Amino acid sequence: MSDVMIEARDLTKSYGAVRAIDKVSFQVRKGEVLGFLGPNGAGKTTTMKILTCFIAPTEGTATVNGADVWDDSLAVRRSIGYLPESTPLYTEMMVLEYLEFVARMRGLKGPDATKALKRAVEETGIGDMLARTIRELSKGYKQRVGLAQALVHTPPVLILDEPMSGLDPNQAIEIRDLITSIGKERTVILSTHNLAEVQMSCDRVLIISKGRIVADDTPDALVATAGKSRFVVDVKKNGKTESEVRELFGKVKGVDRVRPVEIGRDELGFEIIPTGDEDLRAALFQATVEGGLVMLGLRREGQNLESIFRGLTTGDAPTRKEKRDAASSAAASKTAAPADDASDGDEDESSEDESSEDEADTKSSDTKKED
Amino acid sequence: MQTLNIARRQFASYFNGPAAYIVIALVLILTGFLFFYIGAFFLTGRASLRGLFQMMPFTLLFACPALTMGLLAEEKRNGTLELLITLPVREWEVIVGKYLAAVGLLAVTFALTLPYPIVVSTLGNLDWGQVWTGYFGLLLEGSALLAIGMMASSFTDNQLIAFFVAGIFAFMFVVVGYATPFFPSGLASVVEQMSFSFHFESMARGVLDTKDLVFFSSMIFFPLAIAFRALESRRWK
Repeated sequence: MSDVMIEARDLTKSYGAVRAIDKVSFQVRKGEVLGFLGPNGAGKTTTMKILTCFIAPTEGTATVNGADVWDDSLAVRRSIGYLPESTPLYTEMMVLEYLEFVARMRGLKGPDATKALKRAVEETGIGDMLARTIRELSKGYKQRVGLAQALVHTPPVLILDEPMSGLDPNQAIEIRDLITSIGKERTVILSTHNLAEVQMSCDRVLIISKGRIVADDTPDALVATAGKSRFVVDVKKNGKTESEVRELFGKVKGVDRVRPVEIGRDELGFEIIPTGDEDLRAALFQATVEGGLVMLGLRREGQNLESIFRGLTTGDAPTRKEKRDAASSAAASKTAAPADDASDGDEDESSEDESSEDEADTKSSDTKKED
Repeated sequence: MQTLNIARRQFASYFNGPAAYIVIALVLILTGFLFFYIGAFFLTGRASLRGLFQMMPFTLLFACPALTMGLLAEEKRNGTLELLITLPVREWEVIVGKYLAAVGLLAVTFALTLPYPIVVSTLGNLDWGQVWTGYFGLLLEGSALLAIGMMASSFTDNQLIAFFVAGIFAFMFVVVGYATPFFPSGLASVVEQMSFSFHFESMARGVLDTKDLVFFSSMIFFPLAIAFRALESRRWK
């Protein structure tokens, strides 16, 4: 029990009639990096805001490092380092000035503060930026400053809301490595909708959809339990057409479906879904040779996290009407409480999310057809 | 301690942007104008700043809302409030800290008008007691207006709205005192008692009265308490 750092029990947050999250329960252990995964508006940010004591849950409780978010919120906030979504910083301040302010607010003084700042600055690699105004920094460096302020007091728990969104691939890799190294000693919760990130940096994944937890496992276990593997084949055309080759593979015993994936100038790529669990690699190779084609690549893949995510989060995607209802009542609750930041943010998310979910809808119906 | 940390950061951030400079410059320009033209210093021919102190509250009408409009509204809009409030800090520390920064800046602004009494004291026999009481009253009235501005800023994430709401309140409380003749006699005394200028008047003359102190103290306390509630409302279930 002692190594449970974060425990959420039946967390529910309602904005008027809309439930942003609905009975969310989970535990995070010491030294674990937990990935919060879910479409926009699923309730990731709301959950994090509750854990960091920015908002209170309508129902349910949560404890961080043994302290209750409602009864002992100062203690909770002391043991948390938090990076909110989109990294809000005092942009008119200099980096060092800002970090010093945070250190003071964290109760660090004198040589302790200097040491803590130095360490945070080194960890995040912002040593060259200390005398710059935050406004002038690139998005990547702003993100690092955001991380540095969360790390200053060496918190046992780090909560990072979309730490890698909006970064270019190089920056994202740097930040990811940073989080992985930080996560070795500390408990980290990070939210994202980038699945590759989760697979690479998280020990455990929590998939949230429509305010509910729909999966809670290690990335590998999720992939494993999702079942079927698939085969990816690349062949040289040798004058054949795509449909000819497709037919050729379709005839191989144990093949359920053949789907072209990418077509280069001289190459054809296929994704082959088997009916059962058997290894079809030998049979596929044979078929390629017999068909007079040249095999360029052949590999077996487990079902990836992306398709699992899609399966879990679009199955119960709200219908258009539900969405409209939710949007209008959210708007109503907004006018009732104009000062409420949190509902604001969530609403933006859900409106953004509309198109992406629709897209996912069509994709999932595609897969059903092929099934 | 947290209160002072917040006050310090807020005070410094006034000078990181144009806000502080604009407010200080405008107050000084207006003061000069009021002193020489409206206060008619050279015409009265007396070494007294009473005329100036009677006019100074009008500079507060724009200065105070300008100083407070961003205090919470801007942080809400930028999302920095989330970072601030998730630090180990209590809501009242945020409110009081930011408020103290605004009061501090107002005090600095008034300090910059000190050349007027200094120059006047070389011209004749200036009553410094009256000057200090006047400044104290000015700061007290300003503090009440800043508290009202803080309250306005806690209601919205739009600085402009915060500015106008604070401005309207300030205008009402300051100017209503001059409109007492237009109210029916029963109401007039109530209106007079609510008027900032009425309570400031005696201090401008150099008289400190507990009644005025209590009035301004409560006009500081209640708006701040409302701002505290508004900030805390985010955690209501």
